[in-house]
Amino acid sequence: MPVSEMAVIRESRAMEPYGFSLILDAPGIAAAAVPGQFVHVDCGGDTLLRRPFGVCGVDGMQVRLCYELKGRGTELLTRVRAGDLLPVMGPLGRGFDLSGERILLVGGGMGTAPLLFAAGRSKYADAILGYRSADQELLSEDYKKVCGTVELCTDDGTLGEHAFPDALVRRRLEREAYDRVLICGPNAMMKAVAKVCKEAGAPYQVSLDVRMGCGVGACLVCACRDSAGHYRRVCRDGPVFDGEEMDWDD
Amino acid sequence: MTDLTIEFAGLRWKNPVAVASGTFGFGREYGEFYDLSELGAICVKGLTLHPREGNAPPRIAETPAGILNAVGLQNPGVEGFIRQELPELRRHDVPVIANLSGNSPEEYGEMAAMLSDAGVDMLEVNISCPNVKAGGMAFGTCPAAAAEVTRAVKDRSKVPVMVKLSPNVTDIAEMARAVEDAGADALSLINTLLGMRIDIETRRPVLRNNTGGLSGPAVFPVAVRMVWQVRQAVKLPILGMGGIRSGDDAVEMLLAGADAVAVGTASFVDPFAPIRVRDGIAAYLDSHGLTSPRELSGGVRAW
Repeated sequence: MPVSEMAVIRESRAMEPYGFSLILDAPGIAAAAVPGQFVHVDCGGDTLLRRPFGVCGVDGMQVRLCYELKGRGTELLTRVRAGDLLPVMGPLGRGFDLSGERILLVGGGMGTAPLLFAAGRSKYADAILGYRSADQELLSEDYKKVCGTVELCTDDGTLGEHAFPDALVRRRLEREAYDRVLICGPNAMMKAVAKVCKEAGAPYQVSLDVRMGCGVGACLVCACRDSAGHYRRVCRDGPVFDGEEMDWDD
Repeated sequence: MTDLTIEFAGLRWKNPVAVASGTFGFGREYGEFYDLSELGAICVKGLTLHPREGNAPPRIAETPAGILNAVGLQNPGVEGFIRQELPELRRHDVPVIANLSGNSPEEYGEMAAMLSDAGVDMLEVNISCPNVKAGGMAFGTCPAAAAEVTRAVKDRSKVPVMVKLSPNVTDIAEMARAVEDAGADALSLINTLLGMRIDIETRRPVLRNNTGGLSGPAVFPVAVRMVWQVRQAVKLPILGMGGIRSGDDAVEMLLAGADAVAVGTASFVDPFAPIRVRDGIAAYLDSHGLTSPRELSGGVRAW
């Protein structure tokens, strides 16, 4: 069950060069959250709607969120300081399926944030992380602490391999077997990785990121078509969906 | 001693705070936050005779103090509602108000018969949805058409009939009179205001439907004004809504002439908004030495 609570900010810091990390005391959410779920944050100021953020990690009664500047809501969020109160609701939505012995995590850019939580809660996980460029790298050191192997790649070759993540995933799936591949990142990247998984016959899940309204499934604005042509609620039926479940790549 | 109980179109509500259609689904989601029996009434998501998939996304845009939506009446259809949702709602001690949209007066009548036979407590006739091509607002902007739909529903309904008025008209009092003369038992207003946003880089409307309905605090003064005008034009009970997010807002709406209020968009921000509004009304009554919300209704001392 989700709760609505006044979280106390413990730490708010910039992760150079473009990400931000927020650690909050939110005991109700911390106790219930599973990887892949999100929280709905009232960023205050002149914003009306809350903004959704995937949970990046849980430690005791603390919840960690990572985000990048995308608009007015995240701009306001960068101004909060330790000790401030933040209205947060969650955990919301359907998380990843972490059952099985071996999980492969494939993250792109800020999509690496919610997968880090999955890494910590999996029996065993390997990670393939992709960034546009070396100066866009984030969280890879955190991954190294909780994953078996961590492979990096960049679109321009300035860090790790000069490749897109789908090429590394293809090579990996030819050599090793995983119970599931979990994918989170920009749509084009998820689409390419999903295609590789499908061809290799590997079960996979994707985490969708869309504009939301209520965040709980009541307002029906975050609609995404499933493979049968029906609209599903990303906030309630997702944000994590099984690979074949959604027609999310249009 | 404050008593929040009201009688609205012959029904007893525990308090004057309902939740607005389209902002509350069929109650399942917000029912995880509090007991739905705490509410005055529930106006369920707008129903059509057959299931509808709704509009293509994006369906929402945030605007200053408001949101623009174009969901397009996504719903499981009347039969789906009666089979899957109504039994769940019936587990709570709260009046259920079914919101219905048809393509013709005959279809409105058919839906009214099905829903009132299924045991809903009241009907809310939607003649004001801005986001669908057929029906919807087309019936709500012409007095004769609104009256015809109202008569069609009244003919087939066994329960009180409330008609939801559109603000997208020149003279809302004229619409209210037409609907009252046609036999409506109550009015609800306002539905959303037709609006539009454009992305200046892509030159595309932000909503896939091009236009959408504006709701939230931005529309509150418009809603107060329209409730005030309608109060002077008709005797019917009024469910006032549009941007209410606090007890003080609700008191203002009651003073303008509403007999009860509905909370909509505010629930998206705070799931407990309807409960806070209810408690805020009680606190106002207490601090002003009043005992019932009835004492506020229409109490504005206009200049």
